[in-house]
Amino acid sequence: MENKENKFLKLFLCTFYLSAFTFGGGYVIITLMKKKFVDELGWIDNNEMLDLVAISQSAPGPIAVNGAIMLGYKTAGWAGVFFSVLGTVLPPFIIISIVSLFYEIFKTNIIVRLMLEGMQSGVGAVIAAVVYDMAAGIVKEKSGISISIMIITFICVYFLNVNVMIAIVVCALIGVFRTVFNMRRSK
Amino acid sequence: MIYLQLFISFIQIGLFSFGGGYAALPLIEHQVIDVNAWLSFTEFTDLVTISQMTPGPIAINAATFVGLKMGGFLGAAVATFGCILPSCIIVSILAYVYMKYKNMAVMQGILKSLRPAVVSLIASAGLSIIIAAVISTSQGYLEVKYDMAVIFILAIILLKVKKMNPVTVMVICGVINTGIYFIL
Repeated sequence: MENKENKFLKLFLCTFYLSAFTFGGGYVIITLMKKKFVDELGWIDNNEMLDLVAISQSAPGPIAVNGAIMLGYKTAGWAGVFFSVLGTVLPPFIIISIVSLFYEIFKTNIIVRLMLEGMQSGVGAVIAAVVYDMAAGIVKEKSGISISIMIITFICVYFLNVNVMIAIVVCALIGVFRTVFNMRRSK
Repeated sequence: MIYLQLFISFIQIGLFSFGGGYAALPLIEHQVIDVNAWLSFTEFTDLVTISQMTPGPIAINAATFVGLKMGGFLGAAVATFGCILPSCIIVSILAYVYMKYKNMAVMQGILKSLRPAVVSLIASAGLSIIIAAVISTSQGYLEVKYDMAVIFILAIILLKVKKMNPVTVMVICGVINTGIYFIL
């Protein structure tokens, strides 16, 4: 029982800590979650992490909150959902409450601006490092279809500005066809 | 009853904002300016600026900001709760379905095809962030910010070679950038 309580506390503290440093959108917290819960704690594996992102992205609402719900449920059930969502929501809630009081000072402060500008580079580096690990994992599977999906999706989303939801639906359909095709062939 | 209005407005924002982040912006604008007149346009711009400078999803930031202004602490809590409620219900159901059926052949096939696509989605978002950080587009032409490029490469080394904690690396990057400004 004590062990379970420890897990809730750890889940809350980890999501709180990650959320407090999530500058620049949902994918940043996803990469931080991967570092913490896959590489460091080993609570979920690499594939589960990617599934978690796919589902978070497909549902409405902020990716950070959706990711926290998936992570909480996977690691500690319904109570886990409560603690990880609370941990994710509290930092922005507290910070906005404080900042809105001192907004004018905050907006014009040179040190705040420089810290944020520098951290932007750091965020880019964290994402680059995590994407490298994830892409290497896909390439290691030696599946031509998976590698093609990865390259084509990147071109469509980054260069051709294809809507993310469309990309996800099309890839899911490819998955259905792949399964049906394989089943037919093995019969 | 301001609390109920906040709650209902932010439920709609939570329910209809697919794709996260800035996709929610027009929805927030519609609810807090057009429908309810809770913020002026200038205040809304301030909200976006604050959101860019602080951590957390923009919808949560907006809920806290608007809730505080209209209904104090309780207003902020109610608006934030409304904002995450649709996610909590929908994603909890998806999480349950995922855990229960993830070993089914069709589910495996779908997930197997989605995983490489997800890597690309993250890569795409990451590349945009890196370019925004390292290349300046002011005054109409592109210019590499060399100090930022050096900080970026240093951060990669700290992460990949030194295996340093990502949050520590981010803070170090901020401190170096501040240091460069005051020393040079």
